[in-house]
Amino acid sequence: MIRILSPVLIGIAALAPLVLPTYFVSVATQILIFAVLAMAVDLLAGFTGRTPLCHGAIFGTSAYVTIYAASVVGWPIGLAMLTGILAATCLAMVFGLLAVRTSGVYFLLLTLALGLIVWGVCLRWTEITGGENGLRAQLREDLGLSTRQLYVAVLVTVLCATAAMWRLVRSPFGLTMRGIKEGEGRMASLGYDVTLHLLIAFTASGFFAGVAGALYAVFNDFASPSIVQLSSSVQGLLMAIVGGVGTLFGGFVGAFVIIAMEQTVSAFTERWPTVLGLTFILMMIFAPEGVVGKARLLLKR
Amino acid sequence: MFEAPVLSLSNITVAFGALKAVHDVSLKLRLGERRAVLGPNGAGKTTLFNAITGSTRASSGRVVFEGVDMTRMSPQRRAHLGVARTFQITNLFAELSVLENMRLAARGLSWRKFSLMGRDRLSHTEAAQVEAALAASHLVGREATVVREMSYGEQRQLEVAMALVGTPRMLLLDEPAAGLSPAERTHVAAIIRNLPRNLTVVLIEHDMDLALGLVDSVTVMQNGRVIVEAAPDEIRNHPLVQEVYLGKPHGVGEAEQEGRANAHTV
Ligand SMILES: Nc1ncnc2c1ncn2[C@@H]1O[C@H](COP(=O)(O)OP(=O)(O)O)[C@@H](O)[C@H]1O
Ligand SMILES: [Mg+2]
Repeated sequence: MIRILSPVLIGIAALAPLVLPTYFVSVATQILIFAVLAMAVDLLAGFTGRTPLCHGAIFGTSAYVTIYAASVVGWPIGLAMLTGILAATCLAMVFGLLAVRTSGVYFLLLTLALGLIVWGVCLRWTEITGGENGLRAQLREDLGLSTRQLYVAVLVTVLCATAAMWRLVRSPFGLTMRGIKEGEGRMASLGYDVTLHLLIAFTASGFFAGVAGALYAVFNDFASPSIVQLSSSVQGLLMAIVGGVGTLFGGFVGAFVIIAMEQTVSAFTERWPTVLGLTFILMMIFAPEGVVGKARLLLKR
Repeated sequence: MFEAPVLSLSNITVAFGALKAVHDVSLKLRLGERRAVLGPNGAGKTTLFNAITGSTRASSGRVVFEGVDMTRMSPQRRAHLGVARTFQITNLFAELSVLENMRLAARGLSWRKFSLMGRDRLSHTEAAQVEAALAASHLVGREATVVREMSYGEQRQLEVAMALVGTPRMLLLDEPAAGLSPAERTHVAAIIRNLPRNLTVVLIEHDMDLALGLVDSVTVMQNGRVIVEAAPDEIRNHPLVQEVYLGKPHGVGEAEQEGRANAHTV
Protein backbone atom coordinates (compact mmCIF):
# COMPACT_ATOMS: atom_id res chain seq x y z
CA MET A 1 0.00 0.00 0.00
CA ILE A 2 2.65 2.46 1.13
CA ARG A 3 4.91 1.35 -1.68
CA ILE A 4 2.27 2.23 -4.24
CA LEU A 5 0.98 5.34 -2.50
CA SER A 6 4.28 7.06 -1.75
CA PRO A 7 5.54 7.42 -5.36
CA VAL A 8 2.13 8.83 -6.31
CA LEU A 9 2.21 11.32 -3.44
CA ILE A 10 5.79 12.29 -4.24
CA GLY A 11 4.85 12.77 -7.89
CA ILE A 12 1.93 15.02 -6.94
CA ALA A 13 4.09 17.02 -4.51
CA ALA A 14 6.76 17.50 -7.16
CA LEU A 15 4.35 18.64 -9.86
CA ALA A 16 1.94 20.66 -7.68
CA PRO A 17 4.04 23.86 -7.86
CA LEU A 18 3.34 23.95 -11.60
CA VAL A 19 -0.26 24.96 -10.89
CA LEU A 20 0.23 26.85 -7.60
CA PRO A 21 0.76 30.64 -7.39
CA THR A 22 4.35 31.74 -8.09
CA TYR A 23 5.02 32.51 -4.43
CA PHE A 24 4.61 28.83 -3.61
CA VAL A 25 6.71 27.86 -6.62
CA SER A 26 9.57 29.92 -5.21
CA VAL A 27 9.20 28.34 -1.79
CA ALA A 28 9.12 24.87 -3.35
CA THR A 29 12.29 25.64 -5.34
CA GLN A 30 14.00 26.72 -2.16
CA ILE A 31 12.87 23.54 -0.40
CA LEU A 32 14.36 21.38 -3.15
CA ILE A 33 17.69 23.22 -3.01
CA PHE A 34 17.96 22.97 0.75
CA ALA A 35 16.96 19.32 0.63
CA VAL A 36 20.17 18.68 -1.30
CA LEU A 37 22.14 20.58 1.33
CA ALA A 38 20.45 18.59 4.10
CA MET A 39 21.22 15.31 2.34
CA ALA A 40 24.84 16.36 1.87
CA VAL A 41 25.02 16.95 5.63
CA ASP A 42 23.35 13.59 6.22
CA LEU A 43 26.05 11.81 4.19
CA LEU A 44 28.46 12.75 6.95
CA ALA A 45 26.22 12.98 10.01
CA GLY A 46 24.04 9.98 9.28
CA PHE A 47 26.38 7.63 7.49
CA THR A 48 29.86 8.24 8.91
CA GLY A 49 28.71 9.49 12.31
CA ARG A 50 30.58 12.82 11.94
CA THR A 51 28.31 15.82 12.46
CA PRO A 52 29.58 18.83 10.50
CA LEU A 53 28.86 22.50 11.17
CA CYS A 54 30.52 23.97 8.09
CA HIS A 55 28.20 22.99 5.27
CA GLY A 56 26.63 26.43 5.10
CA ALA A 57 30.10 27.78 4.36
CA ILE A 58 30.70 25.18 1.64
CA PHE A 59 27.25 25.79 0.16
CA GLY A 60 27.77 29.56 0.32
CA THR A 61 31.22 29.38 -1.25
CA SER A 62 29.71 27.63 -4.25
CA ALA A 63 27.04 30.35 -4.50
CA TYR A 64 29.62 33.16 -4.25
CA VAL A 65 31.93 31.61 -6.83
CA THR A 66 29.04 30.91 -9.20
CA ILE A 67 27.79 34.49 -9.06
CA TYR A 68 31.29 35.94 -9.26
CA ALA A 69 32.27 33.81 -12.25
CA ALA A 70 29.03 34.55 -14.10
CA SER A 71 28.44 38.21 -13.35
CA VAL A 72 31.94 39.63 -12.72
CA VAL A 73 34.11 37.40 -14.90
CA GLY A 74 31.32 36.92 -17.39
CA TRP A 75 31.49 33.17 -17.88
CA PRO A 76 28.48 31.24 -19.18
CA ILE A 77 26.18 30.30 -16.30
CA GLY A 78 26.67 26.55 -16.69
CA LEU A 79 30.44 26.94 -16.51
CA ALA A 80 30.10 29.32 -13.58
CA MET A 81 28.00 26.77 -11.68
CA LEU A 82 30.52 24.02 -12.36
CA THR A 83 33.28 26.31 -11.08
CA GLY A 84 31.23 26.99 -7.96
CA ILE A 85 30.76 23.27 -7.37
CA LEU A 86 34.46 22.65 -7.96
CA ALA A 87 35.38 25.39 -5.49
CA ALA A 88 33.05 23.89 -2.89
CA THR A 89 34.50 20.43 -3.46
CA CYS A 90 38.08 21.67 -3.07
CA LEU A 91 37.16 23.64 0.04
CA ALA A 92 35.51 20.52 1.49
CA MET A 93 38.65 18.53 0.76
CA VAL A 94 40.78 21.04 2.64
CA PHE A 95 38.31 21.09 5.54
CA GLY A 96 38.29 17.31 5.45
CA LEU A 97 42.08 17.10 5.62
CA LEU A 98 41.97 19.22 8.77
CA ALA A 99 38.91 17.70 10.42
CA VAL A 100 38.60 13.98 9.74
CA ARG A 101 41.10 12.91 12.34
CA THR A 102 38.79 14.24 15.02
CA SER A 103 35.35 13.00 15.99
CA GLY A 104 32.39 13.79 18.19
CA VAL A 105 32.21 17.28 19.62
CA TYR A 106 35.75 18.07 18.48
CA PHE A 107 34.74 17.47 14.89
CA LEU A 108 31.68 19.64 15.41
CA LEU A 109 33.70 22.52 16.86
CA LEU A 110 36.54 22.25 14.35
CA THR A 111 34.18 22.35 11.38
CA LEU A 112 32.34 25.23 13.04
CA ALA A 113 35.61 27.16 13.28
CA LEU A 114 36.48 26.40 9.64
CA GLY A 115 33.08 27.69 8.58
CA LEU A 116 33.64 30.88 10.55
CA ILE A 117 36.85 31.52 8.64
CA VAL A 118 34.93 31.42 5.35
CA TRP A 119 32.37 33.82 6.79
CA GLY A 120 35.16 36.17 7.89
CA VAL A 121 36.74 36.07 4.45
CA CYS A 122 33.43 36.80 2.72
CA LEU A 123 32.84 39.73 5.04
CA ARG A 124 36.31 41.28 4.78
CA TRP A 125 37.50 40.54 1.26
CA THR A 126 35.37 43.39 -0.01
CA GLU A 127 36.92 43.78 -3.49
CA ILE A 128 35.88 40.26 -4.45
CA THR A 129 32.87 39.47 -2.28
CA GLY A 130 31.33 42.91 -1.91
CA GLY A 131 31.63 42.63 1.85
CA GLU A 132 28.37 43.15 3.70
CA ASN A 133 26.64 44.26 0.51
CA GLY A 134 27.26 40.90 -1.07
CA LEU A 135 27.24 40.09 -4.77
CA ARG A 136 24.26 40.60 -7.01
CA ALA A 137 23.52 39.11 -10.41
CA GLN A 138 20.69 38.47 -12.84
CA LEU A 139 21.45 34.88 -13.65
CA ARG A 140 17.84 33.85 -13.86
CA GLU A 141 17.04 36.73 -16.17
CA ASP A 142 20.07 35.95 -18.33
CA LEU A 143 18.87 32.39 -18.63
CA GLY A 144 15.45 33.63 -19.58
CA LEU A 145 13.71 31.28 -17.15
CA SER A 146 10.34 31.96 -15.59
CA THR A 147 9.79 30.98 -11.95
CA ARG A 148 8.06 27.80 -13.05
CA GLN A 149 10.72 26.90 -15.60
CA LEU A 150 13.41 27.42 -12.99
CA TYR A 151 11.50 25.13 -10.66
CA VAL A 152 11.50 22.38 -13.26
CA ALA A 153 15.22 22.85 -13.97
CA VAL A 154 16.00 22.71 -10.25
CA LEU A 155 13.72 19.70 -9.80
CA VAL A 156 15.55 17.76 -12.51
CA THR A 157 18.99 18.66 -11.11
CA VAL A 158 17.91 17.81 -7.57
CA LEU A 159 16.53 14.45 -8.67
CA CYS A 160 19.84 13.64 -10.37
CA ALA A 161 21.82 14.68 -7.28
CA THR A 162 19.50 12.65 -5.05
CA ALA A 163 19.88 9.58 -7.27
CA ALA A 164 23.67 9.97 -7.10
CA MET A 165 23.62 10.25 -3.30
CA TRP A 166 21.30 7.26 -3.04
CA ARG A 167 23.68 5.27 -5.25
CA LEU A 168 26.57 6.42 -3.06
CA VAL A 169 25.07 5.26 0.24
CA ARG A 170 24.10 1.93 -1.33
CA SER A 171 27.55 1.34 -2.84
CA PRO A 172 30.44 -0.59 -1.29
CA PHE A 173 31.74 2.80 -0.16
CA GLY A 174 28.39 3.51 1.48
CA LEU A 175 28.75 0.35 3.53
CA THR A 176 32.28 1.43 4.42
CA MET A 177 30.88 4.72 5.73
CA ARG A 178 28.35 2.89 7.90
CA GLY A 179 31.10 0.62 9.15
CA ILE A 180 33.13 3.64 10.20
CA LYS A 181 30.14 5.01 12.07
CA GLU A 182 29.71 1.73 13.92
CA GLY A 183 33.32 0.95 14.77
CA GLU A 184 36.49 2.64 13.58
CA GLY A 185 38.88 0.35 15.43
CA ARG A 186 37.39 -2.71 13.82
CA MET A 187 37.52 -1.08 10.38
CA ALA A 188 41.25 -0.40 10.77
CA SER A 189 41.96 -3.95 11.84
CA LEU A 190 40.05 -5.16 8.76
CA GLY A 191 42.39 -3.14 6.55
CA TYR A 192 40.45 0.11 6.06
CA ASP A 193 42.26 3.43 6.12
CA VAL A 194 39.55 5.22 8.11
CA THR A 195 41.07 8.69 7.63
CA LEU A 196 41.20 8.31 3.86
CA HIS A 197 37.62 7.04 3.65
CA LEU A 198 36.40 9.90 5.82
CA LEU A 199 38.23 12.36 3.60
CA ILE A 200 36.53 10.93 0.53
CA ALA A 201 33.15 11.05 2.26
CA PHE A 202 33.74 14.65 3.36
CA THR A 203 34.74 15.67 -0.17
CA ALA A 204 31.73 13.93 -1.72
CA SER A 205 29.47 15.60 0.81
CA GLY A 206 31.04 18.96 -0.04
CA PHE A 207 30.44 18.31 -3.72
CA PHE A 208 26.70 17.91 -3.13
CA ALA A 209 26.59 20.95 -0.83
CA GLY A 210 28.26 22.74 -3.75
CA VAL A 211 25.55 21.58 -6.15
CA ALA A 212 22.96 23.04 -3.78
CA GLY A 213 24.94 26.29 -3.55
CA ALA A 214 25.23 26.69 -7.32
CA LEU A 215 21.49 26.16 -7.69
CA TYR A 216 20.87 28.65 -4.92
CA ALA A 217 23.01 31.24 -6.74
CA VAL A 218 20.75 31.04 -9.78
CA PHE A 219 17.58 30.92 -7.67
CA ASN A 220 18.51 33.81 -5.38
CA ASP A 221 20.68 35.98 -7.68
CA PHE A 222 22.39 37.22 -4.57
CA ALA A 223 25.17 36.03 -2.30
CA SER A 224 25.86 37.73 1.04
CA PRO A 225 27.78 36.78 4.18
CA SER A 226 24.50 35.59 5.72
CA ILE A 227 24.52 32.47 3.49
CA VAL A 228 27.97 31.38 4.70
CA GLN A 229 27.44 32.21 8.34
CA LEU A 230 26.96 29.72 11.13
CA SER A 231 23.17 29.88 11.14
CA SER A 232 23.18 28.63 7.57
CA SER A 233 25.24 25.57 8.60
CA VAL A 234 23.01 25.05 11.60
CA GLN A 235 19.93 25.21 9.42
CA GLY A 236 21.32 22.59 7.03
CA LEU A 237 22.09 20.32 9.96
CA LEU A 238 18.67 20.89 11.55
CA MET A 239 16.96 19.96 8.30
CA ALA A 240 18.92 16.70 8.22
CA ILE A 241 18.06 16.02 11.86
CA VAL A 242 14.37 16.90 11.55
CA GLY A 243 14.05 14.71 8.47
CA GLY A 244 15.93 11.88 10.13
CA VAL A 245 19.68 11.40 10.29
CA GLY A 246 20.82 8.41 8.27
CA THR A 247 17.67 8.28 6.13
CA LEU A 248 18.97 10.46 3.27
CA PHE A 249 15.48 11.26 1.87
CA GLY A 250 14.63 12.79 5.22
CA GLY A 251 16.44 15.83 3.80
CA PHE A 252 13.34 16.63 1.73
CA VAL A 253 11.07 16.37 4.75
CA GLY A 254 13.40 18.42 6.94
CA ALA A 255 13.80 21.14 4.31
CA PHE A 256 10.03 21.23 3.80
CA VAL A 257 9.22 21.44 7.51
CA ILE A 258 11.77 24.11 8.33
CA ILE A 259 11.23 26.32 5.28
CA ALA A 260 7.42 26.02 5.49
CA MET A 261 7.60 26.93 9.18
CA GLU A 262 9.93 29.82 8.52
CA GLN A 263 7.61 31.22 5.86
CA THR A 264 4.57 30.87 8.12
CA VAL A 265 6.13 32.06 11.37
CA SER A 266 7.89 35.02 9.76
CA ALA A 267 4.49 36.36 8.74
CA PHE A 268 3.50 36.70 12.41
CA THR A 269 6.65 37.29 14.41
CA GLU A 270 10.24 38.36 14.19
CA ARG A 271 11.22 35.57 16.54
CA TRP A 272 11.82 32.85 13.97
CA PRO A 273 15.14 31.74 15.53
CA THR A 274 13.38 31.24 18.88
CA VAL A 275 10.65 29.17 17.27
CA LEU A 276 13.29 27.17 15.40
CA GLY A 277 15.18 26.52 18.64
CA LEU A 278 12.03 25.39 20.45
CA THR A 279 11.04 23.12 17.57
CA PHE A 280 14.43 21.56 17.65
CA ILE A 281 14.27 20.90 21.39
CA LEU A 282 10.81 19.34 21.11
CA MET A 283 12.03 17.25 18.20
CA MET A 284 15.01 15.97 20.17
CA ILE A 285 12.75 15.02 23.08
CA PHE A 286 9.88 13.39 21.21
CA ALA A 287 11.35 12.16 17.93
CA PRO A 288 15.15 12.21 17.95
CA GLU A 289 15.12 9.82 14.99
CA GLY A 290 13.47 12.52 12.84
CA VAL A 291 10.27 12.42 10.83
CA VAL A 292 11.34 9.76 8.35
CA GLY A 293 13.12 7.77 11.04
CA LYS A 294 10.01 7.86 13.23
CA ALA A 295 7.78 6.84 10.33
CA ARG A 296 10.05 3.88 9.60
CA LEU A 297 9.91 2.76 13.23
CA LEU A 298 6.11 3.01 13.27
CA LEU A 299 5.80 1.09 10.01
CA LYS A 300 8.02 -1.71 11.29
CA ARG A 301 5.62 -2.41 14.17
CA MET B 1 65.98 -27.44 8.70
CA PHE B 2 66.12 -23.75 9.49
CA GLU B 3 62.78 -22.01 9.27
CA ALA B 4 62.39 -18.25 9.60
CA PRO B 5 59.76 -17.36 12.19
CA VAL B 6 56.43 -16.01 10.94
CA LEU B 7 56.23 -13.58 13.79
CA SER B 8 59.15 -12.35 15.80
CA LEU B 9 58.74 -9.97 18.72
CA SER B 10 61.94 -8.58 20.18
CA ASN B 11 61.95 -6.78 23.50
CA ILE B 12 58.45 -5.33 23.15
CA THR B 13 57.50 -2.88 25.86
CA VAL B 14 54.19 -1.02 25.96
CA ALA B 15 54.01 1.66 28.63
CA PHE B 16 50.94 3.59 29.75
CA GLY B 17 52.52 6.33 31.79
CA ALA B 18 54.42 4.61 34.56
CA LEU B 19 52.67 1.28 33.99
CA LYS B 20 54.45 -1.16 31.72
CA ALA B 21 51.50 -3.22 30.53
CA VAL B 22 53.90 -5.26 28.39
CA HIS B 23 57.44 -5.43 29.67
CA ASP B 24 60.33 -6.57 27.48
CA VAL B 25 58.53 -9.43 25.75
CA SER B 26 60.26 -11.46 23.06
CA LEU B 27 58.79 -14.42 21.25
CA LYS B 28 58.87 -16.25 17.95
CA LEU B 29 56.16 -18.18 16.13
CA ARG B 30 56.69 -20.81 13.44
CA LEU B 31 54.48 -21.07 10.36
CA GLY B 32 51.29 -22.87 11.32
CA GLU B 33 52.13 -22.84 15.00
CA ARG B 34 49.30 -22.58 17.49
CA ARG B 35 50.23 -20.68 20.58
CA ALA B 36 48.22 -20.00 23.70
CA VAL B 37 48.88 -16.91 25.77
CA LEU B 38 47.77 -17.46 29.34
CA GLY B 39 47.90 -15.29 32.41
CA PRO B 40 45.72 -13.56 34.97
CA ASN B 41 43.62 -10.50 34.21
CA GLY B 42 45.77 -7.46 33.65
CA ALA B 43 48.82 -9.54 32.70
CA GLY B 44 49.14 -7.61 29.43
CA LYS B 45 47.85 -10.21 26.98
CA THR B 46 45.45 -7.92 25.13
CA THR B 47 48.01 -5.13 25.11
CA LEU B 48 50.49 -7.53 23.54
CA PHE B 49 47.92 -8.27 20.81
CA ASN B 50 47.43 -4.55 20.31
CA ALA B 51 51.16 -4.10 19.86
CA ILE B 52 51.18 -6.86 17.24
CA THR B 53 48.17 -5.52 15.30
CA GLY B 54 49.08 -1.85 15.69
CA SER B 55 46.01 -0.79 17.69
CA THR B 56 48.60 0.40 20.21
CA ARG B 57 52.18 1.19 19.24
CA ALA B 58 54.96 -0.50 21.15
CA SER B 59 56.95 1.99 23.22
CA SER B 60 60.09 0.07 22.33
CA GLY B 61 61.09 -3.18 20.67
CA ARG B 62 60.46 -4.59 17.21
CA VAL B 63 57.58 -6.48 15.58
CA VAL B 64 58.67 -8.42 12.51
CA PHE B 65 56.07 -10.37 10.52
CA GLU B 66 57.23 -12.65 7.70
CA GLY B 67 60.48 -10.73 7.48
CA VAL B 68 58.78 -7.30 7.35
CA ASP B 69 59.39 -4.87 10.18
CA MET B 70 55.94 -3.53 10.99
CA THR B 71 56.72 -1.88 14.31
CA ARG B 72 55.67 1.56 13.02
CA MET B 73 52.91 0.49 10.64
CA SER B 74 49.24 1.46 10.99
CA PRO B 75 46.74 -1.30 11.84
CA GLN B 76 45.34 -1.28 8.32
CA ARG B 77 48.79 -1.81 6.74
CA ARG B 78 49.34 -4.76 9.06
CA ALA B 79 45.95 -6.16 8.07
CA HIS B 80 47.07 -5.96 4.45
CA LEU B 81 50.14 -8.03 5.35
CA GLY B 82 47.83 -10.79 6.63
CA VAL B 83 47.36 -10.09 10.32
CA ALA B 84 43.78 -10.60 11.53
CA ARG B 85 42.35 -10.48 15.00
CA THR B 86 39.24 -10.82 17.10
CA PHE B 87 38.45 -8.61 20.06
CA GLN B 88 38.02 -9.59 23.69
CA ILE B 89 35.16 -7.13 24.00
CA THR B 90 32.87 -7.91 21.10
CA ASN B 91 33.61 -5.31 18.45
CA LEU B 92 31.11 -5.82 15.66
CA PHE B 93 28.98 -3.48 13.55
CA ALA B 94 25.92 -3.89 15.75
CA GLU B 95 23.37 -2.12 13.58
CA LEU B 96 24.38 -4.01 10.42
CA SER B 97 23.39 -7.50 9.37
CA VAL B 98 25.69 -10.51 9.58
CA LEU B 99 26.16 -10.40 5.82
CA GLU B 100 27.00 -6.67 5.88
CA ASN B 101 29.55 -7.31 8.61
CA MET B 102 31.04 -10.06 6.48
CA ARG B 103 31.05 -7.84 3.39
CA LEU B 104 33.02 -5.21 5.24
CA ALA B 105 35.43 -7.88 6.41
CA ALA B 106 35.76 -9.38 2.93
CA ARG B 107 36.38 -6.05 1.22
CA GLY B 108 38.85 -4.68 3.74
CA LEU B 109 41.78 -5.78 1.64
CA SER B 110 40.35 -5.12 -1.83
CA TRP B 111 40.05 -2.03 -3.98
CA ARG B 112 36.32 -2.56 -4.32
CA LYS B 113 35.78 -0.79 -1.02
CA PHE B 114 36.49 2.46 -2.86
CA SER B 115 33.63 1.94 -5.32
CA LEU B 116 31.41 4.99 -4.84
CA MET B 117 28.76 4.19 -7.41
CA GLY B 118 28.99 0.42 -7.77
CA ARG B 119 26.53 -2.11 -6.43
CA ASP B 120 27.06 -3.44 -2.95
CA ARG B 121 27.64 -7.03 -4.01
CA LEU B 122 30.53 -9.38 -3.44
CA SER B 123 32.64 -10.82 -6.22
CA HIS B 124 32.43 -14.58 -6.71
CA THR B 125 35.68 -15.17 -4.86
CA GLU B 126 34.63 -12.93 -1.99
CA ALA B 127 31.21 -14.56 -1.79
CA ALA B 128 32.87 -17.96 -1.61
CA GLN B 129 35.21 -16.76 1.12
CA VAL B 130 32.31 -15.35 3.13
CA GLU B 131 30.39 -18.58 2.75
CA ALA B 132 33.38 -20.64 3.86
CA ALA B 133 34.04 -18.40 6.87
CA LEU B 134 30.38 -18.49 7.91
CA ALA B 135 30.38 -22.26 7.55
CA ALA B 136 33.58 -22.58 9.59
CA SER B 137 31.97 -20.44 12.30
CA HIS B 138 28.62 -22.26 12.22
CA LEU B 139 26.67 -19.19 11.13
CA VAL B 140 25.17 -20.38 7.85
CA GLY B 141 21.55 -19.23 7.55
CA ARG B 142 22.04 -16.21 9.83
CA GLU B 143 23.13 -13.81 7.07
CA ALA B 144 20.12 -11.49 7.27
CA THR B 145 20.11 -11.18 11.07
CA VAL B 146 21.04 -7.81 12.54
CA VAL B 147 24.01 -8.35 14.83
CA ARG B 148 22.44 -6.48 17.74
CA GLU B 149 19.67 -9.09 17.80
CA MET B 150 21.97 -12.13 17.96
CA SER B 151 22.87 -14.03 21.11
CA TYR B 152 26.21 -13.27 22.71
CA GLY B 153 27.50 -16.68 21.68
CA GLU B 154 26.67 -16.08 18.04
CA GLN B 155 28.32 -12.66 18.20
CA ARG B 156 31.51 -14.34 19.40
CA GLN B 157 31.27 -16.75 16.45
CA LEU B 158 30.87 -13.80 14.09
CA GLU B 159 34.00 -12.22 15.60
CA VAL B 160 35.93 -15.27 14.43
CA ALA B 161 34.18 -15.44 11.05
CA MET B 162 35.08 -11.83 10.28
CA ALA B 163 38.72 -12.38 11.13
CA LEU B 164 38.83 -15.47 8.92
CA VAL B 165 37.26 -14.11 5.78
CA GLY B 166 40.21 -12.22 4.35
CA THR B 167 42.23 -15.47 4.41
CA PRO B 168 44.76 -14.08 6.90
CA ARG B 169 48.21 -15.55 7.42
CA MET B 170 48.13 -15.07 11.16
CA LEU B 171 45.07 -15.01 13.39
CA LEU B 172 45.01 -13.52 16.88
CA LEU B 173 42.05 -14.66 18.99
CA ASP B 174 41.44 -12.66 22.16
CA GLU B 175 39.41 -14.82 24.57
CA PRO B 176 37.03 -16.09 21.88
CA ALA B 177 35.19 -18.28 24.39
CA ALA B 178 34.93 -15.78 27.25
CA GLY B 179 31.46 -15.54 28.72
CA LEU B 180 30.08 -18.51 26.77
CA SER B 181 28.14 -21.49 28.08
CA PRO B 182 29.98 -24.84 28.24
CA ALA B 183 28.19 -26.02 25.10
CA GLU B 184 29.14 -22.87 23.23
CA ARG B 185 32.74 -23.19 24.40
CA THR B 186 32.97 -26.66 22.90
CA HIS B 187 31.60 -25.11 19.74
CA VAL B 188 34.29 -22.43 19.65
CA ALA B 189 36.98 -25.00 20.44
CA ALA B 190 35.84 -27.01 17.43
CA ILE B 191 35.97 -23.91 15.25
CA ILE B 192 39.55 -23.23 16.32
CA ARG B 193 40.61 -26.86 15.96
CA ASN B 194 39.33 -26.95 12.39
CA LEU B 195 41.19 -23.83 11.26
CA PRO B 196 43.52 -24.42 8.30
CA ARG B 197 46.80 -25.98 9.47
CA ASN B 198 49.00 -23.43 7.67
CA LEU B 199 47.36 -20.56 9.54
CA THR B 200 49.44 -19.33 12.47
CA VAL B 201 47.15 -18.87 15.45
CA VAL B 202 47.66 -17.09 18.77
CA LEU B 203 44.96 -17.72 21.33
CA ILE B 204 44.40 -15.77 24.52
CA GLU B 205 42.22 -17.83 26.78
CA HIS B 206 41.38 -17.84 30.44
CA ASP B 207 40.19 -21.42 30.55
CA MET B 208 43.36 -23.48 30.72
CA ASP B 209 41.63 -26.77 29.91
CA LEU B 210 40.17 -25.34 26.75
CA ALA B 211 43.42 -23.68 25.64
CA LEU B 212 45.80 -26.54 26.34
CA GLY B 213 43.81 -28.92 24.17
CA LEU B 214 44.12 -26.64 21.15
CA VAL B 215 47.72 -25.47 20.96
CA ASP B 216 51.30 -26.61 20.29
CA SER B 217 52.95 -24.22 22.69
CA VAL B 218 52.10 -21.92 25.57
CA THR B 219 53.30 -18.55 26.76
CA VAL B 220 52.35 -17.50 30.28
CA MET B 221 52.40 -13.81 31.17
CA GLN B 222 52.25 -12.00 34.45
CA ASN B 223 52.63 -8.28 35.16
CA GLY B 224 53.55 -7.62 31.54
CA ARG B 225 56.36 -10.17 31.43
CA VAL B 226 56.61 -13.64 29.95
CA ILE B 227 57.27 -15.96 32.87
CA VAL B 228 56.97 -19.35 31.20
CA GLU B 229 57.19 -20.64 27.66
CA ALA B 230 56.58 -24.36 27.36
CA ALA B 231 54.67 -27.20 25.71
CA PRO B 232 51.04 -27.63 26.81
CA ASP B 233 51.67 -30.81 28.80
CA GLU B 234 54.35 -29.10 30.88
CA ILE B 235 52.14 -26.19 31.82
CA ARG B 236 49.72 -27.58 34.35
CA ASN B 237 52.40 -28.85 36.70
CA HIS B 238 54.80 -26.01 36.15
CA PRO B 239 55.58 -24.46 39.55
CA LEU B 240 55.52 -20.88 38.25
CA VAL B 241 52.18 -21.41 36.52
CA GLN B 242 50.71 -22.93 39.65
CA GLU B 243 51.92 -19.98 41.62
CA VAL B 244 50.32 -17.50 39.21
CA TYR B 245 47.04 -19.33 38.86
CA LEU B 246 46.60 -20.53 42.41
CA GLY B 247 48.47 -17.99 44.43
CA LYS B 248 51.40 -19.01 46.57
CA PRO B 249 50.23 -22.03 48.61
CA HIS B 250 51.17 -21.34 52.24
CA GLY B 251 50.48 -24.62 53.99
CA VAL B 252 47.63 -25.41 51.64
CA GLY B 253 47.26 -29.16 51.01
CA GLU B 254 47.48 -30.73 47.56
CA ALA B 255 43.81 -31.73 47.61
CA GLU B 256 42.60 -28.25 48.33
CA GLN B 257 44.82 -26.85 45.60
CA GLU B 258 43.28 -29.34 43.18
CA GLY B 259 39.82 -28.19 44.22
CA ARG B 260 40.65 -24.54 43.65
CA ALA B 261 42.16 -25.37 40.30
CA ASN B 262 38.89 -26.96 39.25
CA ALA B 263 36.88 -24.03 40.48
CA HIS B 264 39.02 -21.85 38.31
CA THR B 265 38.54 -23.71 35.09
CA VAL B 266 34.87 -24.71 35.18
N1 LIG C 1 44.77 2.07 26.98
C1 LIG C 1 45.23 1.83 28.23
N2 LIG C 1 45.58 2.86 29.03
C2 LIG C 1 46.07 2.64 30.27
N3 LIG C 1 46.23 1.43 30.81
C3 LIG C 1 45.89 0.36 30.05
C4 LIG C 1 45.37 0.50 28.73
N4 LIG C 1 45.13 -0.73 28.21
C5 LIG C 1 45.47 -1.60 29.19
N5 LIG C 1 45.93 -0.96 30.28
C6 LIG C 1 46.42 -1.60 31.50
O1 LIG C 1 47.42 -2.50 31.13
C7 LIG C 1 47.37 -3.68 31.89
C8 LIG C 1 47.24 -4.87 31.00
O2 LIG C 1 45.95 -4.90 30.43
P1 LIG C 1 45.51 -5.99 29.37
O3 LIG C 1 46.53 -6.06 28.29
O4 LIG C 1 44.12 -5.67 28.96
O5 LIG C 1 45.54 -7.32 30.23
P2 LIG C 1 44.92 -8.75 29.90
O6 LIG C 1 44.41 -8.75 28.52
O7 LIG C 1 46.04 -9.70 30.13
O8 LIG C 1 43.82 -8.96 30.92
C9 LIG C 1 46.20 -3.49 32.85
O9 LIG C 1 46.70 -3.05 34.09
C10 LIG C 1 45.36 -2.43 32.20
O10 LIG C 1 44.66 -1.69 33.16
MG1 LIG D 1 42.55 -9.05 27.80
